[in-house]
Amino acid sequence: MGQVMYLLGKLGTLFTDSCRTAGGVFLLLGDTLRSMFRYRLRWDQMLEQMYFIGIRSQVVVLTTGAFTGAVFAAQVWFQFKRFGMESAIGPTVSIAMCRELGPVLCCLLLAGRVGAAMAAELSSMKITEQVDALRALGVYPVEYLIVPRFLALVISAPILTALALVTGIGVGYFVAVKIFGVDGAYYWDNTIKFTDRKDVMIALIKSFIFAVIIASIACHKGMNCPPGTAGVGKTTTEAVVNASLALLIVNFFLTVLLNALLYSN
Amino acid sequence: MLELKGIQKSMGGQAVLRGVNLKIGSAEKVVVIGRSGCGKSVMLRIIMGLLTPEAGEVFFEGTRLTGLSEEAWNPYRKKIGMLFQGAALFDSLSVFDNLAFPLREHGEKNEDVLREKVTEALKIVSLSGTEEKMPAELSGGMKKRAALARAIICRPALMLYDEPTTGLDPIVADSINRLILHLGKMLGMASIVVTHDMTSARMVGDRIAYLHEGKIYFQGTPEQVDKCEDPLVRDFVRGHAEGIDVVG
Repeated sequence: MGQVMYLLGKLGTLFTDSCRTAGGVFLLLGDTLRSMFRYRLRWDQMLEQMYFIGIRSQVVVLTTGAFTGAVFAAQVWFQFKRFGMESAIGPTVSIAMCRELGPVLCCLLLAGRVGAAMAAELSSMKITEQVDALRALGVYPVEYLIVPRFLALVISAPILTALALVTGIGVGYFVAVKIFGVDGAYYWDNTIKFTDRKDVMIALIKSFIFAVIIASIACHKGMNCPPGTAGVGKTTTEAVVNASLALLIVNFFLTVLLNALLYSN
Repeated sequence: MLELKGIQKSMGGQAVLRGVNLKIGSAEKVVVIGRSGCGKSVMLRIIMGLLTPEAGEVFFEGTRLTGLSEEAWNPYRKKIGMLFQGAALFDSLSVFDNLAFPLREHGEKNEDVLREKVTEALKIVSLSGTEEKMPAELSGGMKKRAALARAIICRPALMLYDEPTTGLDPIVADSINRLILHLGKMLGMASIVVTHDMTSARMVGDRIAYLHEGKIYFQGTPEQVDKCEDPLVRDFVRGHAEGIDVVG
């Protein structure tokens, strides 16, 4: 009985902690949106962050997109060949890349690369009193530190996702047509015929929402880092893990919602 | 100039300040001493608006600061400078950009004016020629002096020093103490210095306040503090650890 009560107590604490963290993330998101309109936008900071997030992430995102498209095209070819459905490989790869693989994998990588960097940088500033120094100099930290990072990520993530899609579909074509000998004309014709503009919209909407999640969680973790250098490591790990899990869970609900909204007829 | 009335604050469920009352006059230098964890730095953060007290009020130049919004606080933050314990220089900016930061934030765009003011502030703290250095390239004492230059560049009326000599060798600590005195005279600023260092407290303080169990337990001139026969104050001032269990 005692152990059951202990376990229930632990679960209760976990639940209330999770609710508190989620509340903190939403409050920070609200404050970030409010600060966007209340203060002047710091273009220099935002462009610097866009360079770090957008340009410096290209290699990892393009490589992921390319090899995801290649592997998926190969797997689909192995299965579809048995039924003589090679001409359906193109649209299958393209739709899977647009609706799921492109935005999810691209944003998981961004959660790892950019989310970790944001959380580590902000938490280092927090523990070395630089965030307090900003406030002491009359600058609101959300406006100076978070808004540029938030905007840079929500602008860059859909662009990077679009690049990953193009690369994945292109490399998928190369693998199916040049390596496995699928007819190129049929491949493209079916890809264009069955890939809807709405599929691309799903990719861009998902990546936008994922970017909001990554930026909010990483910045919240960074700004609430416990004191000490151990806190920076813990904060960074938690930011990546929480952002990745939140992204995967939200992806399920987004998939259901977007399909209901865009394909209701 | 500044008045604290019944300030109370808890941290992590533990009451740290339990009704602090303190008045500071124009150009007065008050040193707050007390044992580690007694709430000295918390008090400075409340004065600067970085923490909100659970009870009590802060008045600055007759205006009640407690309860002001972040935006409403900012005009007063221009009049109050703070030197943080770890200097808190922005490590992604050069010394020049660190010093120019508050000026730029207050609307100064002219690069010639910025350079002139930064050069002057660095000269005051004897750091001329370090404009292009990054904070990581500076020693502990140089960081504190650069942070001090950043804090005074907008000519505040009140300066808060959070343990300005902690972690510095005695010679550098002495130079910081002299700098605090020099700045007070030159700029006519009032100062609150939080420290454990009694040499520093005697040197820079017009008045010394001893914070104990969340309240100002004793205050007086450095001479009065030295002559105080209260065992708590006497032990702290003389650095005696009598009555504290030492295991080992």
